[in-house]
Amino acid sequence: MNAIAIRAGFLTSIQDLGRTGFRQFGVSLGGALDSFALRVANLLAGGDESAAGLEISFGGLQLRFADERIVAWCGGEFDVRIGSTSLPAGHRALAGAGDELKFNHAQSGCRCWLAISGGIDVPFVLGSRATDLRANFGGFNGRALRDGDAIRLGTRPGSAIPATTISSWSAPKPWSQTASSAPILRFVRGADWNSFSASMLEPFTSESFGVSSDSDRMGVRLAGPELQRTDDVDLISEAVAPGTIQVPPGGQPILLLGDCQTIGGYPKIAHVVTVDLGIAAQLRPGDTVRFREISLPEAHRLLFERERELERFRIGLSLQNK
Amino acid sequence: MEITPLGDSALIVRVRDRFEDAPQETLSEVLRTLRRLQNADIPGVIEFAPAYTTVAIFFDPFQVAKAGAKPNQAFDWLAERVRAALAVIGDRGRPRTLPVRVIQIPVCYDPEFAFDLGHVAEHAQISSREVVDLHSAAEYRASCIGFVPGFPFLSGLPKRLATPRRATPRKEIPAGSVAIGGAQTGIYPMRSPGGWNVIGRTPLRLFNPENDPPALLRVGDRVQFHSITREEFEVLMQ
Repeated sequence: MNAIAIRAGFLTSIQDLGRTGFRQFGVSLGGALDSFALRVANLLAGGDESAAGLEISFGGLQLRFADERIVAWCGGEFDVRIGSTSLPAGHRALAGAGDELKFNHAQSGCRCWLAISGGIDVPFVLGSRATDLRANFGGFNGRALRDGDAIRLGTRPGSAIPATTISSWSAPKPWSQTASSAPILRFVRGADWNSFSASMLEPFTSESFGVSSDSDRMGVRLAGPELQRTDDVDLISEAVAPGTIQVPPGGQPILLLGDCQTIGGYPKIAHVVTVDLGIAAQLRPGDTVRFREISLPEAHRLLFERERELERFRIGLSLQNK
Repeated sequence: MEITPLGDSALIVRVRDRFEDAPQETLSEVLRTLRRLQNADIPGVIEFAPAYTTVAIFFDPFQVAKAGAKPNQAFDWLAERVRAALAVIGDRGRPRTLPVRVIQIPVCYDPEFAFDLGHVAEHAQISSREVVDLHSAAEYRASCIGFVPGFPFLSGLPKRLATPRRATPRKEIPAGSVAIGGAQTGIYPMRSPGGWNVIGRTPLRLFNPENDPPALLRVGDRVQFHSITREEFEVLMQ
């Protein structure tokens, strides 16, 4: 085995970019709740963007390496150390055999993604290495890591070993440090937007919502102005997706995340745009969040822009590696 | 037919507005739509998800743009291709009836498994025996798979057996539990919380991630239950 989780932390699981192709059978997308953060971390670690890494919630992970690896992480505001040396988000570092990598509790935000060169080597289940924590399959025996778990890593890509321990350069901050003290999530309208009256829609965009304690990888439960439709016709269940904001009869919205069910029957007031899902993944109980509407073409423009920037970053990295 | 965005990376094709009025016809139309979309090979499409009256299409906007959509028209570009895919084949004349699988599911209605059989009987004002007879005589169709992986929502429940969901959901329902929720019946593929009225248990495994496809049932399948004894259940479980 190539690494041991001496302490597994609060909730640490193996995740990749998620499981596609099986929604028709009720299988969730899952994967890293901020898949872009994992892609960036993977690029930094010199690996395949889609390699499996660790999603660490609320810290507490202590990982000991049995061989030399390049590591990098992105996400919330965590204090991360290799031995006693601080490893900031978005930098890459060389962890030697016997080195310990430790994630302390998050100052803000609640999740981060650790990439390790070679990736985590667990079997593909339904085309993905992601852990489905709700249906208990994939990843590490279908469960979160526990203290003492031994983790197999993939073959190290030999070329990308840096000379220095911690890189002086880093990934752009908005990619590697995604927690925000005053998060604003941009959204596009949902199919049921118009079934809410203007007096209901106004507070949705003007007021802030609190994050409830019963939030998890399936969704963020919000508390704020009560949202009621003008009619209460029962809807027929249909597909939902990470980012969908549903409004159950109680009027308190739920923002769905990666482990959400594939279908839902509650009204869909809005959808958080893909480029802001990383911010949504950092919301923790007690936080407040606001929503701002943008158009669908704008949502796509932001996404295309980010992909083009990532392409430039990829090219920059490959020059660094030469 | 209506095409609406589901966020920036998916859209929903609504084939009909209502389901309960004509479940059979609606399902057939959803399945035809699904088949046509699958055959259309639209660039950027990742997967499809049918449910009751709709087919959802999940796509990668970046791939859609690469395939030629103007950056500010990715949705319109896709919607146009969806309409074209559904129109072209429609013009070839009457769509053929698709082959439909019939899946037999053994169910043990033993009181030890059937936590709510008495409640369903009371609600229907018939005996437990009659509930079992009615439930196992009807033919159902899988209208949607979801809630948890492999959970089939089956339409075709005899009206008499329709029973509202429990006011307080159970924290844990055993795998294989056959249950009634409102006008539908379904099967819990794995141990999970749930609010449906449990009336029996099947020894069959509804979801196995090691298989491809991982679920026993798919949308459109016809389903029949047949009653088995406790002894038969134990044998089939092995």
